[in-house]
Amino acid sequence: MSDVVTVMLAGVGGQGTILAADVLAKVAAAAGLDVKLSEVHGMAQRGGSVDTVVRFGERVYSPVTDPGMVDHLVSFEVIEAARRIHYVKPEGRLLVNSRTVQPMPVLIGDSPTPFGMEAVLADEGAVFIDADELACEAGSPKSANIVLMGALSFGLGFDETLWREVISARVPPKTVEANLRAFELGRQACERGECEL
Amino acid sequence: MSRTLLSGNEAVAQGAWAAGASVGAGYPGTPSTEALESFARKTGVYAEWAPNEKVALEVVSGASFGGARAIATMKHVGLNVAADPLFTLAYTGVGGGIVIFVADDPGMHSSQNEQDSRNYAAFARVPLLEPSDSQEALYFTKRAFEISEEFDIPVLVRSTVRLSHAKGLVETGERRVPERDEYQKDLGKWVMMPAMARCRRADLDRRVADLAAFGETTDLNSVEIRDRSVGIVCGGVVYEYVREALPEVSVLKLGMTFPLPPALVRSFAEQVDTVYTIEEADPYLDRQLRQLGIEPGTLDLPAAGELSPGAIRRAFGMAEPELREPEEGLPARPPMMCPGCPHRPVFATLRKLHAVVTGDIGCYTLGALPPLSAMDSCVCMGASLGMAHGMSLVGGAGEKRPVVGVIGDSTFAHSGVTGLMDMVYNGGNATVVILDNRITAMTGHQGNPINGVTLQNRTSRELELEPLVRALGVEHVRTVDPHEMASVEEALREAIDFDGVSVLITRAPCALLVREHPTPYAVDVDACTACGVCIRLGCPAISKADLSKADIDVSLCVGCGQCVQVCRYGAIVHTGPACDLGDV
Repeated sequence: MSDVVTVMLAGVGGQGTILAADVLAKVAAAAGLDVKLSEVHGMAQRGGSVDTVVRFGERVYSPVTDPGMVDHLVSFEVIEAARRIHYVKPEGRLLVNSRTVQPMPVLIGDSPTPFGMEAVLADEGAVFIDADELACEAGSPKSANIVLMGALSFGLGFDETLWREVISARVPPKTVEANLRAFELGRQACERGECEL
Repeated sequence: MSRTLLSGNEAVAQGAWAAGASVGAGYPGTPSTEALESFARKTGVYAEWAPNEKVALEVVSGASFGGARAIATMKHVGLNVAADPLFTLAYTGVGGGIVIFVADDPGMHSSQNEQDSRNYAAFARVPLLEPSDSQEALYFTKRAFEISEEFDIPVLVRSTVRLSHAKGLVETGERRVPERDEYQKDLGKWVMMPAMARCRRADLDRRVADLAAFGETTDLNSVEIRDRSVGIVCGGVVYEYVREALPEVSVLKLGMTFPLPPALVRSFAEQVDTVYTIEEADPYLDRQLRQLGIEPGTLDLPAAGELSPGAIRRAFGMAEPELREPEEGLPARPPMMCPGCPHRPVFATLRKLHAVVTGDIGCYTLGALPPLSAMDSCVCMGASLGMAHGMSLVGGAGEKRPVVGVIGDSTFAHSGVTGLMDMVYNGGNATVVILDNRITAMTGHQGNPINGVTLQNRTSRELELEPLVRALGVEHVRTVDPHEMASVEEALREAIDFDGVSVLITRAPCALLVREHPTPYAVDVDACTACGVCIRLGCPAISKADLSKADIDVSLCVGCGQCVQVCRYGAIVHTGPACDLGDV
């Protein structure tokens, strides 16, 4: 069991965590590993706080995980990363899209705006990546999820070709090129040392 | 053999297809929806969304009586609606095999309650299979059809959200359609009048006894003896949690959890020092073990909500992993209506009119949350109308506040029509709003009788709400575009003032169906007086910025113009798009 790697993708409903998780799970499967993925549909997908868990290794039993058990937290949003910080192992990796989406209680002034979240996360060793900016650069603002998969891929050791094959097969045909560029830009950001492990 | 990554729902569909099922019917409901959607995409099958789960199971029964294998799909609360045919189908038994796939939602991720469907199996006396992962979801569904025919009984296949919406690797296999027996007229089997039903009732006990004997040896149940100090009895996805948390313990994995095989359970209990049951929702297995005279050990596990490997480790006093400090005091992030949602202006107006709103099930239930806060109740599918009638009967809202029942198009078709019929028939005086957004939205955009879109794109027709409502006897019927807020208010006031039952239909497509958006808006900060009216619409694109003035996130704004209509200062103006990269 100790060989099982647990990745949690967190974000705001509608940000594309489910598709990103699907890509990651298919890459792990293509690499010959057992894999399980757990996600939540329905009510939470309407702008709520969501997370998807992907676990892979020789033999994976549970599709869900617990606090203190996550090896890689990839958060599509800053507050959602902070919300799940205790899920990440002390030696685990935090990869955070440097974008904040204020939740409704903040938008309407019912809750104070959380300040200093980036600093808190940086203290915990988080690495930030501007996935939305890179997604625009790649040619599709909706490819931020694949930018983050590119960044994550640098720490996982799967063959880059596998990622490219799975992405090409999984995203809408018209967006394949933009998504492959998005993956490359995310990966390069890490190769340049901008998201060191 | 190559393996495919399938969700539990997709694997159930694959299993039904492989078993040669030729008919599928259901009603969408998280977490069950994708099972029928996936089945519908397969070759050689007929699949339909029915208006509700009861009708779906009746369609499936007819197909079965006619000799075909058929599957009905629904969420746990849908089985309440289908319970009426279920109980009597246990008596009649089947022609072609019947599988009822039901998906529970422990933890209530997207449901109004946490009921445990396993109780229905014992209650109706029908066999219950509980797969623990996607591979088993396929295999168990296939086996369920065989069991259904061999024992002449419908079979429940029960899932939970962590099976339905978990994915795992699956070997898929081929489809084999069994020979079909021709329909045989048989009053004693198909016509459940008292005399025949009494015979079938006795026969049902015989069939359940046969099933219990089958359970002693079937490969659906398995005994895994490891360390004998602890033995766990479990089924479904909980088995995976147990294996993860306690790899060394002995396990009785029950794939068939009704009826239980008494000898197998007793023999397992005798082989271990202490036997425990681990299960989500109700102590269903625990009760059955006690009935067999086995006293399971007690564990400190949560009585409600979901389990996890960590919860099981804690219950056995195992070492906790080292934790980072949780970040406290973060704002909650509840779900909310999308930018451009046509429901929003209706709730903003209901709030303005101080209406007491009996609500219903769908995206629009989000109208209950701040800042709209314009819904007072939500109980079950279709409840809004009966409740509006009941509340207005007793003047529960006080003299000055109107009672308005609010229901979506699909929910109205599901079980709202009879509520409205009741209101008219019994001389009620409540107001009804039907939010017709042309789709079953919350579950992921399914067709329904109102929009006339069918599951396999067969030609159909739209059900026209206005003539239907008039035919029920409603005299005051009006239709408005909900994006025109002044018309919504005028029409609502009229409907409320009408003496008798009145219906207002608000018709505009779900915001997620609108592909082409007008130019987004921005706030002219000089004109904005920080009055907060636009903020109170609860649009995710609008926030309170410096000096409490409004700010619009152009990347989220879809240019619907709802906020422009409420701003009295002309402070919301057009601007350019944020990231203009063309059609990608």
